[in-house]
Amino acid sequence: MSENPLDNEPILVAEGVSRRFGGLVAVNTVDFTIPERAIVSLIGPNGAGKTTFFNVLLGVIDPTAGSVVFRGRRMIARPERVGFESLLWVLPAVLLGLLSGLLAEAGIVSGRLVALLGFLTLMLLVGSLLLAIIRPVWYSTALERIGIFRSARPNDMVTAGVGRTFQNIRLFQNMTAIENVLVGMHTQLHGNLLEAFLQTPRVKAEEKAAERRADDLLTLVGLHGKGNEGARNLPYGDQRRLEIARALAANPKLLLLDEPAAGMNPKETLDLVALISKLRDDLGLTILLIEHDMKVVMGISDRVTVLDHGEKIAEGTPEQVRKDPRVIEAYLGAPAA
Amino acid sequence: MSAAAASPTSFASRRKRLAEVSSRHRSWSIVVGIAIVGTVLPILAAIPPFTLATPTNAWMDGFTNAGVFVLLAIGLNLVVGVAGLLDLGYAAFFAIGAYTYSYVASPFGNSILGIKFVEVVSPDIAGLVFWPMLLVGALVAALFGILLGAPTLRLRGDYLAIVTLGFGEIVPIVFLNADAVTNGTNGVGGLARPALPIIGSFSALNPWPYYVSMLVVVAVVMMLAYRLVESRLGRAWEAIREDELAAAASGINTVTAKLLAFALGASTAGIAGVFNASKLVTVSPDQFTFIVSFTVLAMVVLGGMGNFWGVAVGAFVIYTINNVLLKVLNQFFDQVSFPILKDIDFIQLQFLLYGLALVAMMLWRPEGLFPNSRRQRELHTAMTEPGEDELVTAEATSEEGQR
Ligand SMILES: Nc1ncnc2c1ncn2[C@@H]1O[C@H](COP(=O)(O)OP(=O)(O)OP(=O)(O)O)[C@@H](O)[C@H]1O
Ligand SMILES: [Mg+2]
Repeated sequence: MSENPLDNEPILVAEGVSRRFGGLVAVNTVDFTIPERAIVSLIGPNGAGKTTFFNVLLGVIDPTAGSVVFRGRRMIARPERVGFESLLWVLPAVLLGLLSGLLAEAGIVSGRLVALLGFLTLMLLVGSLLLAIIRPVWYSTALERIGIFRSARPNDMVTAGVGRTFQNIRLFQNMTAIENVLVGMHTQLHGNLLEAFLQTPRVKAEEKAAERRADDLLTLVGLHGKGNEGARNLPYGDQRRLEIARALAANPKLLLLDEPAAGMNPKETLDLVALISKLRDDLGLTILLIEHDMKVVMGISDRVTVLDHGEKIAEGTPEQVRKDPRVIEAYLGAPAA
Repeated sequence: MSAAAASPTSFASRRKRLAEVSSRHRSWSIVVGIAIVGTVLPILAAIPPFTLATPTNAWMDGFTNAGVFVLLAIGLNLVVGVAGLLDLGYAAFFAIGAYTYSYVASPFGNSILGIKFVEVVSPDIAGLVFWPMLLVGALVAALFGILLGAPTLRLRGDYLAIVTLGFGEIVPIVFLNADAVTNGTNGVGGLARPALPIIGSFSALNPWPYYVSMLVVVAVVMMLAYRLVESRLGRAWEAIREDELAAAASGINTVTAKLLAFALGASTAGIAGVFNASKLVTVSPDQFTFIVSFTVLAMVVLGGMGNFWGVAVGAFVIYTINNVLLKVLNQFFDQVSFPILKDIDFIQLQFLLYGLALVAMMLWRPEGLFPNSRRQRELHTAMTEPGEDELVTAEATSEEGQR
């Protein structure tokens, strides 16, 4: 390989991330960067805090300290001035209410117009509350501009370009394989309520294209022809691959895989390693991998980070990490094969 | 799939082919299906064994009333069956639809709104307002669906059920006590009946216009419901019902999706409310008690959660049993003076029968009479491999509980 992916610009920067559960510090001030188009791995003994760190990156769990910046945008951090946001929910409505009250008092408006203004005030209140609940992207961005910050939710992270799989498979078990992938495509489709009702040509074409793309994705992960099988009927290794296909469906830039080889047989593991390399080399994805299987980790990682008791104890190329005495002590016990 | 394909009894395979054809031409199959049902029912109502029980016109009237519950069941199925949000206060939206119509279509309502409409135009004209009001009722109910849904969305399962139960009680109580604007216990009377350009205002004596209108409304609602669940949004609902965290990790804004489910379910109840009000020509708080919410939920469960045809049939059957069969049983046993049975009032046993039917159903066919294929898979696998599923849910809750 001519260029080292580790020299690329970082796609994700986590700074001083901590998470405690009561007295237990599951993740302790971890700094972590992922260079673009790199494959980096996170390893560590059971209970080291790997999954917890993952969930912080994905907006599933709030960190107790630290921040996460993804593609130059701060996504996750301590909330800032959220009190002001609640003010924003009511302020427009209160102002309009006061204004219409004053106008009525001064005799400028009367009768039905007052009622109309009252109604508008109510709708404004409802509207701003809804906005706060639904939190579309433009709303969060606008808030950030005036210094109010809330962490992204899992779906916001997907929209921003992060895909994930789960340590314990979480497919939609009662759907077929292709339906799982179609759900994953949610952010890529734009058919709205009205279009669904009217079955407009645009939305029909979109659905057709989505199905074709879902088929392609299934083929990519090696599930060609299994689209109509129920997800729960697939063999274990296929389920893991289907989860990857579902994550890919949202067109992520960064893919987070939590122990993708767990429970796979050696042949399936080899296929998986090939798939992960392909995702990076052909699709240009960046990949963060949690894995216990050292053959997987050492084979494809550009960089390995070791967590133990929530703390980062080592980071470097697979060779460096393998030789690090602290790692050997904490995790490997003896040099890995 | 393998079991069904391996031993294809002719009935099963025919049913499967029917399902395939109907899902490929969804809208047509709904129109055809409703048209067939719509033709068969009046024929049945006009031939002997049935005419002995009740006169044809009364049957037709009953079918139309059953249609109101079919609409309600379709709407609730969207919320409970598809999106998996247990709503025990669904009658609230039914009430909101009905009262919305009453404001526009009754003298009392007009005086509250400060307009003069029903009193100054002829019934043939006033009744025309019914058609746009179907839409307005849907919109107003949807708005309230959002209002009531918004604060409850962080809740799940039992908590959501309790809060919706509360809303279901609050809404009729507000209508009961806000005398000045709702006329309290007496309700609002003298609503305009629907009208159409040529046939004029519908009447209580002729059940046909109501019946045909109901068929059309049911067909349209059913069509839209299917289009919805087969769209991107419908997939999102299914995903949320199965695994909310995985749905969020697939990029679904679960809050928006759940709000929409609430709103669209409510809007269907709104349509049913407008229709019902226009038929009874009066609305009062006692029409919208918890019994209504419960009955509709029972219809959805018995019919087969998630399957719109199933819940429609469930609603129709339960309504007909409730309101016709039990009465007929009473008359029948009175006439033949069968010893003990003639002293039983079957109508009073209605809820006992519900209870028995629901218990039997949960024991032998938890997926309902006409299950959604996905639901069936879910329930049956869950029963054969309890260990595995328990494990997954346990992990699921621990991971979700963190936020
Ligand atoms: N919701 C929670 N509440 C309390 N403690 C938690 C919670 N989630 C995780 N923990 C604890 O945090 C620690 C780190 O757990 P985590 O799942 O992140 O470890 P891991 O490195 O992914 O382990 P494994 O290799 O077994 O997957 C563990 O001690 C765990 O018990
Ligand atoms: Mg883990």
